[in-house]
Amino acid sequence: MRAPLSLLKSERPSADRVVPPTGFTARLTLLTAAAMAFLAVFALALSLATGRLANRWADSLARSATIRISAPPDQMEAQVAAVLAVLKTTPGVASDRVLGNDEMKALLKPWFGPDLPVDALPLPKLIAVTETSEGVDSEGLRLRLQGEAPGAVFDDHTRWRRPLVAAAERIRLLGLMSLVLIFGAMAGMITLAAQAALAANGQVIATLRLVGARDTFIARAFVRRFTLRGLAGAGLGVLLGMVAVAALPSTNEAGGFLTGLGFSGWGWLWPLIIPPVAAIVAYGATRFAATRMLRRIR
Amino acid sequence: MIELQHVAMSYGGGELLSDMSLSLAPGSFHFLTGPSGAGKTTFLKLCYAELLPSAGQMTLFGKDALAMTRDDIAGIRQRIGVVHQDCQFLEHLSVEENVALPLTVSRRPVNAPELRELLGWVGLKHRREARPAQLSGGERQRAALARAIIMSPDVILADEPTGNLDWEMSLRLLSLLVELNRMGKTVVIATHDLNLIRQAKAQVSARVLRIANRRLQHAGADL
Repeated sequence: MRAPLSLLKSERPSADRVVPPTGFTARLTLLTAAAMAFLAVFALALSLATGRLANRWADSLARSATIRISAPPDQMEAQVAAVLAVLKTTPGVASDRVLGNDEMKALLKPWFGPDLPVDALPLPKLIAVTETSEGVDSEGLRLRLQGEAPGAVFDDHTRWRRPLVAAAERIRLLGLMSLVLIFGAMAGMITLAAQAALAANGQVIATLRLVGARDTFIARAFVRRFTLRGLAGAGLGVLLGMVAVAALPSTNEAGGFLTGLGFSGWGWLWPLIIPPVAAIVAYGATRFAATRMLRRIR
Repeated sequence: MIELQHVAMSYGGGELLSDMSLSLAPGSFHFLTGPSGAGKTTFLKLCYAELLPSAGQMTLFGKDALAMTRDDIAGIRQRIGVVHQDCQFLEHLSVEENVALPLTVSRRPVNAPELRELLGWVGLKHRREARPAQLSGGERQRAALARAIIMSPDVILADEPTGNLDWEMSLRLLSLLVELNRMGKTVVIATHDLNLIRQAKAQVSARVLRIANRRLQHAGADL
């Protein structure tokens, strides 16, 4: 079996001409490849974006933690001071900061509105902790806080981080599965188009066999044609898909939900892999259809 | 070159040909006669392995037909030129391209002067750029003959080649086939035209075979 790339150059123009042009299947293959490649660009963009998002969430949440101190008002300052003292001697802590009343107000505003009397309420104190890249020994810190400040609870965001990262990973997997399904559907459609072309050319194939054509010669005439159509259609679809992705609203306009959907930097080169993959899919699908069909004609 | 020993051919539960034995020697000339539906075309299809025998043994150029691969069969067909009554042209190609088709599919170079000489020999030089649909019946048969011999095959099988032709055109085609036989080619013509056979026997030593009652018989002097 010759490599798909060798099909791109024809040894002899007349070898291609033995199969009459088939307008309908040509257009169908071109359109299918273009549509599937367009969708593949979006699936790829989604997959790459969720991958970046998962990394970002994992990275940023992994390096931050919160200590919540709930204590009677007369013990609050002492416990806060005790926690800060513990943090100063804890390896892996880059910085710590006690949240002020304004920050507490901002955090509670979505639930209680802007006029919350923070001073009058028995709210816990929050200390934001930033970790170094080595991270903090969470269990060790919890034990020390239990001894020094019984009202302090260490939250390293694990229970938030894990489902978020898992969700992002699953979306990425869905994107990759979508790509597989898209190429599978493309293979199915091109197989059908190739079968239609082969069936329509049954008499041509019989004549070619009569004059001594080998199966590889006949298959090659069809395979080359469909491979090039798959390549051209996918190229067009990728071009349109990249323009569409580039035209998506920017992060600021779209808000957080669509943050980062698209390609960034060298990531713009990834869609260029789609046309060759589509050509390989078309090559395989047409070869499969041609081999099956030719076995029926002696 | 082509040998059949007790060959039978069945299709759809019924036997079309029975107990056929024949050897086609190099340079021989054969007519195959018999009523319509006797199995002349089936016999020719056996000879170029479009059909395979259901019993008996058949060898094509020394190879067991039943053991041949598809590529072997393609190779065999490059040594056997076939002329069908309906010609089987690729209608989107010109006459010249159709005639050169066996060279194209076997990836051999097309020698343009030789191709034109061949077209001239069958009287179609002036029609080389025409499409098959633009040719008359006689022209189509002569183009089919040119295609059948362009690879210089050892055997030429013609299935009712004069079926759609007038007498004058039939004689012209016959003279081409006789000329090929004189060049050493084995020729088998399936026809029910006894006048054509008589005409040929005046020019060449031809063996006449008849298919009757599913069997191959050697025709006698009653022809």
